[in-house]
Amino acid sequence: MAAAPPPALFDRAIVRAAARDALRKLAPRTMMRNPVMFVVELGSATTTAVLVRDAIARPAAMAPLWFTATIAVWLWFTVLFANFAEALAEGRGKAQAASLRGARRDTSARRLHADGEERVPATALRRGDRVVVEAGEIIPSDGEIELGIASVDESAITGESAPVIRESGGDRSAVTGGTRVLSDRIVVRVTAEPGASFLDRMIALVEGSARRKTPNEIALHILLVGLTIVFLLACVTLVPFAHYAGIELSITVVVALLVCLIPTTIGGLLSAIGIAGMDRLLQKHVLAMSGRAVEAAGDIDTLLLDKTGTITVGNRMATAFVPAPGIAMARLIAAAQLASGADETPEGRSIVVLARQHPGGDAPAPAPAPAHAVDAWVPFTAQTRMSGCDVDGRALRKGAVDAVASHVAKLGGSLPAAVAEAAASIGDAGGTPLCVSDGATVLGLVRLEDVVKPGIAERFARFRAIGVRTVMITGDNPRTAAAIARQAGVDDFVAEATPERKLEFIRREQALGKLVAMTGDGTNDAPALAQADVGVAMNSGTQAAKEAGNMIDLDSNPTKLLEVVEVGKQLLMTRGALTTFSLANDVAKYFAILPAIFVAVYGEIAPLDLMRLSTPYSAIVSSVVFNALVIVGLIPLALRGVRYRPRSAAAQLRRALLLYGVGGLIVPFVGIKAIDVVVAALLPT
Amino acid sequence: MTTRGWIEIAAFVLVMVVLVRPLGRYLWHVFERERPPAVRALGWLERALLRGGGLVDARGQSAREYGGAVLAFGFVGVIVTHALLRLQSLLPPDPGHAAVPPLLAFDTAVSFTTNTNWQAYAGESTMSYGAQMLALTWQNFVSAATGFGVMLAFARGLTRRADDDATVGNFWVDLVRALVYVLLPLSLAFALVLVSQGVIQCFAPPLQLATLEPGTQTIALGPVASQEAIKLIGVNGGGFFNANSAHPFENPTPLSDFLQCVAILLLPAALTHTYGCMTGNPRQGWVLLVAMTLLLLAGVAAVYAAEAAGNPAAALPGVAAGPNLEGKEVRFGLAGSALFATITTDASCGAVNGMHDSFTPLGGLVLLLDIMLGEVVFGGVGVGLVGMLVLALLTVFVAGLMVGRTPEYLGKKIEPREMKLAMLYLLTVPLVLLVLAAIAAVGPWGTAPLGNAGPHGLSEILYAYASASGNNGSAFAGLAADTPFYDLTLALAMLVGRFALVVPVLAIAASMRRKTPVPPGPGTLPTDGGSFLAVLLAVVLVVGALTFFPVLCLGPIVEHFTVAAGRFF
Amino acid sequence: MRRTLVIAVRLSLLTLVVTGVVYPLLVTAAAQLLFPRQAHGSLVTDDDGTVVGAAPIGQRFTAPGYLHGRPSAAGAQGYDAMASSGSNLGPSSLALRERMTAEHTRLRALNPQQPLAVPVELVSASASGLDPHLSPEAARWQAPRIAAARGVTLARVLAVIDANVESPDLGLLGEPRVNVLRTNLALDRTFDGHGVGSVLAR
Repeated sequence: MAAAPPPALFDRAIVRAAARDALRKLAPRTMMRNPVMFVVELGSATTTAVLVRDAIARPAAMAPLWFTATIAVWLWFTVLFANFAEALAEGRGKAQAASLRGARRDTSARRLHADGEERVPATALRRGDRVVVEAGEIIPSDGEIELGIASVDESAITGESAPVIRESGGDRSAVTGGTRVLSDRIVVRVTAEPGASFLDRMIALVEGSARRKTPNEIALHILLVGLTIVFLLACVTLVPFAHYAGIELSITVVVALLVCLIPTTIGGLLSAIGIAGMDRLLQKHVLAMSGRAVEAAGDIDTLLLDKTGTITVGNRMATAFVPAPGIAMARLIAAAQLASGADETPEGRSIVVLARQHPGGDAPAPAPAPAHAVDAWVPFTAQTRMSGCDVDGRALRKGAVDAVASHVAKLGGSLPAAVAEAAASIGDAGGTPLCVSDGATVLGLVRLEDVVKPGIAERFARFRAIGVRTVMITGDNPRTAAAIARQAGVDDFVAEATPERKLEFIRREQALGKLVAMTGDGTNDAPALAQADVGVAMNSGTQAAKEAGNMIDLDSNPTKLLEVVEVGKQLLMTRGALTTFSLANDVAKYFAILPAIFVAVYGEIAPLDLMRLSTPYSAIVSSVVFNALVIVGLIPLALRGVRYRPRSAAAQLRRALLLYGVGGLIVPFVGIKAIDVVVAALLPT
Repeated sequence: MTTRGWIEIAAFVLVMVVLVRPLGRYLWHVFERERPPAVRALGWLERALLRGGGLVDARGQSAREYGGAVLAFGFVGVIVTHALLRLQSLLPPDPGHAAVPPLLAFDTAVSFTTNTNWQAYAGESTMSYGAQMLALTWQNFVSAATGFGVMLAFARGLTRRADDDATVGNFWVDLVRALVYVLLPLSLAFALVLVSQGVIQCFAPPLQLATLEPGTQTIALGPVASQEAIKLIGVNGGGFFNANSAHPFENPTPLSDFLQCVAILLLPAALTHTYGCMTGNPRQGWVLLVAMTLLLLAGVAAVYAAEAAGNPAAALPGVAAGPNLEGKEVRFGLAGSALFATITTDASCGAVNGMHDSFTPLGGLVLLLDIMLGEVVFGGVGVGLVGMLVLALLTVFVAGLMVGRTPEYLGKKIEPREMKLAMLYLLTVPLVLLVLAAIAAVGPWGTAPLGNAGPHGLSEILYAYASASGNNGSAFAGLAADTPFYDLTLALAMLVGRFALVVPVLAIAASMRRKTPVPPGPGTLPTDGGSFLAVLLAVVLVVGALTFFPVLCLGPIVEHFTVAAGRFF
Repeated sequence: MRRTLVIAVRLSLLTLVVTGVVYPLLVTAAAQLLFPRQAHGSLVTDDDGTVVGAAPIGQRFTAPGYLHGRPSAAGAQGYDAMASSGSNLGPSSLALRERMTAEHTRLRALNPQQPLAVPVELVSASASGLDPHLSPEAARWQAPRIAAARGVTLARVLAVIDANVESPDLGLLGEPRVNVLRTNLALDRTFDGHGVGSVLAR
């Protein structure tokens, strides 16, 4: 779906489907979820009843039939237009979901059991089942690869046509149901219950069926309902007040006044705005698991970014060896190379590459240590922050300087002062020193260097402009981290970060009342992703990370957060703008309708009819028509969102007030007058 | 309109604003900090009252407990005041007056307990000196002190950082402190200033004398100054005499008039600064003060201009064109009358130095609207500021959305719960006002006591319920309101306008109290600057005006156009 | 709840004593001590020492030789100091229109000597019904009638009125004004000592 361009705002097929849905949504049970529009629907029904009564009984004091009929029709239109806006927003999601559905249908699975394998429909798979998928087959459900490695075409989900490698173990073991294996054979342990797979959830999300009202949406709804009650009071009590003055108001007129005053514009477009917000995120290839997360994104105070891959290009590269005093360069290089033998990370490989090229190495590049010489590979863990191997009883280690220092200290050695100094100067220059040790002896350092991504500083400046503090998370030591932070222009950094420290940092920020967003992909990011208010998991990441986050970036691009924040803000701003506009509109409607109602008894108030509308009936009809049309007119704004530019809050407020407040005052004066001219021309006098 | 008139108005604003900072800080110290040294001498009275009240350990109360205390004290107040009025024939120093009739006594007890001071009676003919002192002066004090309490609890809820005890102060302590350190000293001093200007203070019976032309005049006397001072300082408004502050013995000179204006706004204005101090950022208070002052000035200017244009009924051949002086006193001048009328309606005071019923349609419209805005332009002691703060929450909500953040005030998020309570608060008064006024408008129970026919009669009804539900107390006094229907419905409106609103207010305080404030950043909507001020003003006007515009159309607005066209009713 | 009510009752009674008894008595004592004249109503005496009124409280005058105050809605006859009140008639009130028209006609008949239009103040009832003042213009407007009634020159009457004009307080507050009772006392004093009877005789 994401591969296809987003449908045009008014795609014909979607519009046609939305028009049908608009009618279907007239069911009172559906309408009741939106009290503002439900009031309009009740008003429409009442006016229709009056129309029927008038047409049949012809009471003496009735308004002209054309008037009641016109009002009734346009009140129904008002409801339909609002339904249409919502249906349109949903329809755009549905269109995208349709292509996803294609990936889901008719998949069968080869389930493994004790005696071999059996072929079952994908829908029969349970969590914990193990299935075999071979080249050309579709992965039947979400899962973790238990065995094997394969290249997978994930374009159905991500829109990215280049295949990705998925393999058992590590951070690239997650596969998604609906994607296709292009080569090799893998065994997958299913992690999702039927109907709860990523694909299922994704379809539900984009269709809007899983949408729940967000807190801010609820609060706004309460405001709108409150205003509706106020206007209901004002309009209903106007009947006895008018009676005092000798004016008998008809039901049609009171309903028309009421509908014009209650905030139908925002009330009718509110849910469309919410759906469209998630839709816009999807167009940016971010899948929001809840609307709440999108809203929270607009409020983010602190953004946690992993240094590697986000701030710096790919990986650190080894650029130099610095032997400890009294240690031969060759010994250091050999040990470093050996210790990196099992290190398949790019950093590890870069050490091997550097060692081979090194002109200082007097021996020709030694072949990789024969496997039998190595007693044991010691893998890197986040806790030890070291890796290496035990060869011939010697413990060769490489890792963070403090980690290696404490390692040799345990064995009775110590870190020479000169090495510590060299490490500090490497760190100060923005590099990362890796310490290499042989048993209790520190051999020296390997200098790794980061390359900051181009343009990243400007992005952070934009964050700063909208009040978001960027914090870089890195396993580096503080000096190194500070140097990179300076280069990249982040506001703060957390150095020597372990998953626990990351989590702790998030909690501390939250305790200060701040909202925190972070991106992550590894399993060890999962707790922090879950703790963060906005956790964006990379689609390339592990299943655990994707479960923990509340958004998934299908492009696996960590700087995407900026766009997420902007969409969140845009969503709130669109709500605010339309609320203001809706309320400001009421002024003109008062000046159109009230003189029209009262002028029969108090002819003297004609000057209050500022628009000089042609007749009282035309004034009321024009107001109702304007009120309905303005919903249609604002659908594009609701779906696209107001334009967002980073500005200070005060400047943003001034602009919005001018545009939607003052604009909202003026537009209806013009609009109602224009409609009145048309109505007057159409009517027999 | 004269230059001197405008200078008088400007001088008033200047004096008021100059007093805000010192008094506001003083109040802050009295309630939230150490008592200032100057008044520590009064500490014994505070301790004595608290000990006498049975409060040995005055610990903090939760918002719910605080609200319970406010309601209990109000309940006891209504009962005791009602009893005193019914028993006034026994009260010293002048026993023997007929008891106040039961319904009128109930209406009056509610009226004074709710700080409304709606008066369906004429003071000089109905009340004994004993009733005026004991029942009415007493309630003038304690109802104002209660207003302090509600505001303090609300502000504490907004400003205190979330912690475990979640208390919002102790109502009884706030009440006693407001009396001992604020209301009593201020009233004592102000009463003497008023006496120096000619306000009477004696217990002599009415004075009968032979006039210059053969004839007699009986002049009502009494302990006026003591009641007058707290009537204004406490923003109560219940006059000793029927004519209220238009009566020469209540308000004898232009200077006393000017000082009365200052006295009305003294505490409501100063509390904005107290609030600013409580938030830790005085600008938060200044913004509210500026908003209130701008709305006040707009009102004064509109009333002044409308009244200067003259009374249409006096537009007769052979009568010189001039300002509308029907129902106004010569000594105050037009500016003094416009200023007082606007202040008293803005501030929920209800004292009058001119008869609002006789103001021009547009002048009366502004006065009516002042009340209908919800008594947030200064408003009553404390409660006015609370009303303004609830509107500020609403403003923050709409404005916060417009800048792309989920709304927060003082760093605390505004969520569905606060929104629900704020809407409950804002809906209550229009509901009571419009429904009761509508009932009054359709039958003889409501229309027979009207003093004027046509649109102006509707204005009298609207004004009565606006005044009662807004706890203002002034009237379009042509309405003869001492009927069972009006006594009961107005009492209902007054009770709702005071006590029903306490509930959502303290519930908001409770829920905001529990929130951890977010430190402000560049993306935060500043609530202490000009843009916020502009939206706040818009929200105040939109909420008030949009709600009542239709019915105002049928009242003062129609009256303006019809009478301009020469139609009388 | 019970405890709260008990505290409420106890504090009610205590504050009732402090603010309803002690406070008014304190104010009274201080007022009697510092401003005894004002505290008792700023009474005005004639040359014989007889109390003829309270300076702040307007009186009804009908004799043509006296300055007349504004229309009063206090009591049936007006200027009833036991029943202060304004008319409370709105600007669109037919009754007000008729009252003003009648007042205008009455004033015209009473002041044939005065060619100028009637000041609006003289057809407008005051707020208290006890307004003791007139504007200098409204007082001067009546001068020709007073001069004729007392048989003195207009200039002398105007001089008495002008001598009784009070300036705005502090030069700033309110408008210039004339106390009707004080001015009428001054008129009597200036023209015939005990002018009441002689004026009434005409």
